[in-house]
Amino acid sequence: MMGVARYWREIPVRYNLIGKKCGVCGKVYFPPRNICPTCRRKSIGKMEDYKLSGKGIVETYTIIHTPPPEFDGKAPYAVAIIKMEEGCHLTAQIVDCPLDEIHVGMKVEACLRRIQEDGKRGAIYYGYKFKKAED
Amino acid sequence: MAAIVGYGAYVPKYRIKAEEIARMWGKEPSSITSGLNVFEKSVPSIDEDTATISVEAARRAVKSSKIDAKEIGAIYVGSESHPYAVKPTATIVAEAIEATPDMTAADYEFACKAGTAGMQNCIALVETGMIKYGMAIGADVAQAAPGDALEYAAAAGGAAFIIGKEGIARINATVSFTTDTPDFWRREGQPYPGHGERFTGEPAYFRHVMGAAKMLMEKMGTSPSDYDYAVFHQPNGKFPLRVAKKLGFEKKQVEDGLLCPIIGNTYSGSTMLGLAAVLDVAKPGQRILAVSYGSGAGSDAFDITVEDAIEGYPRQGIRKMLEEKVYVDYATYMKFRREFK
Ligand SMILES: [Zn+2]
Repeated sequence: MMGVARYWREIPVRYNLIGKKCGVCGKVYFPPRNICPTCRRKSIGKMEDYKLSGKGIVETYTIIHTPPPEFDGKAPYAVAIIKMEEGCHLTAQIVDCPLDEIHVGMKVEACLRRIQEDGKRGAIYYGYKFKKAED
Repeated sequence: MAAIVGYGAYVPKYRIKAEEIARMWGKEPSSITSGLNVFEKSVPSIDEDTATISVEAARRAVKSSKIDAKEIGAIYVGSESHPYAVKPTATIVAEAIEATPDMTAADYEFACKAGTAGMQNCIALVETGMIKYGMAIGADVAQAAPGDALEYAAAAGGAAFIIGKEGIARINATVSFTTDTPDFWRREGQPYPGHGERFTGEPAYFRHVMGAAKMLMEKMGTSPSDYDYAVFHQPNGKFPLRVAKKLGFEKKQVEDGLLCPIIGNTYSGSTMLGLAAVLDVAKPGQRILAVSYGSGAGSDAFDITVEDAIEGYPRQGIRKMLEEKVYVDYATYMKFRREFK
């Protein structure tokens, strides 16, 4: 269970890929960080919200056959490490693509999908997943 | 009156063929496809619902319109399959396009015409100067009981329209025709709708669609030949063609907006997707009649003239998007519907 409060706090990150950009060295971080590990103290107060373009490429991926309980009934599905245009990496599910067509180097773009739900009575959690880029 | 500033459409990538559903229930496929004029329908993926479809359509509309989403003052999502009974889909859309918090939002429900009801509200709010831009969405992941006649057409998809003072198409007028007609319903807590069988035709769909269309043409002093395109709600592929003929429209006026034969009935998305498909191909100066239908029952009719600005608008190419599809069998369709865990 994710918990409604945590989900709510992370909505900008989960829906719109809002990360942080270091105002000193220009490096983009996702998920957002409050301090740049390179610039350390110099970056304090200079980390700005930065919206990722949503475009990236598959760097590596795996097919999940035995999912955790919250994803019961959804296997098999693909989870990839995606290198974003901005240089940062994130882990996300690849959707709307036959599993045997997913490949390293595939251009992908973010979309919003259902991630999980707290049972039949609980909240529904939405967030980013990736699909094959349209152009 | 107000204008359409931009639009965005989204239909899930998966399809199931009518013959696959017919095979499941031992029906003759050709009698289904020729009876309904529906050959295949869209199927939402296991992680898609009315909120995710609405977000996809809304994001495309904002991107194509090149407006700042912060200037959208109202978002209305019309659907009969909102993911929550209480908790507005419109808030999820608003957050996903970063239009919050200086705005109003609400979910609408009027069977298949809740999206066009949202359009009328946006028009009124723009006209009165309360908002600069309004967004109306019609989207559904239609549910039909397995084996029910509705199952061959009940599909998923949606379209978002941004309304403002100036845009790519002028809305010359809109009227509605509304009565209490119990042709189709779903009770609270029930997963699937009930319907009045044959009662869904003449006293329901045809009376309301024709009533609204005639009222509008009378008001505008127009006749069917004044329109280059006509879009009617598409519960199947037959009704919109039949209602067009009864009103005196030719088949060629209806064809560009007729998507039901290849995607099924997207309920609240139906008329708005049809209108979006017409705007994809329409030229400046052309005139469009669009009439939605919602069971219960009512129709909203719109008289629209395409403006010069459409030439510079990045049109989405809905029919091209629809070519990108993946067929699923009946078992996968059930899995996607989260029918078993
Ligand atoms: Zn830095």
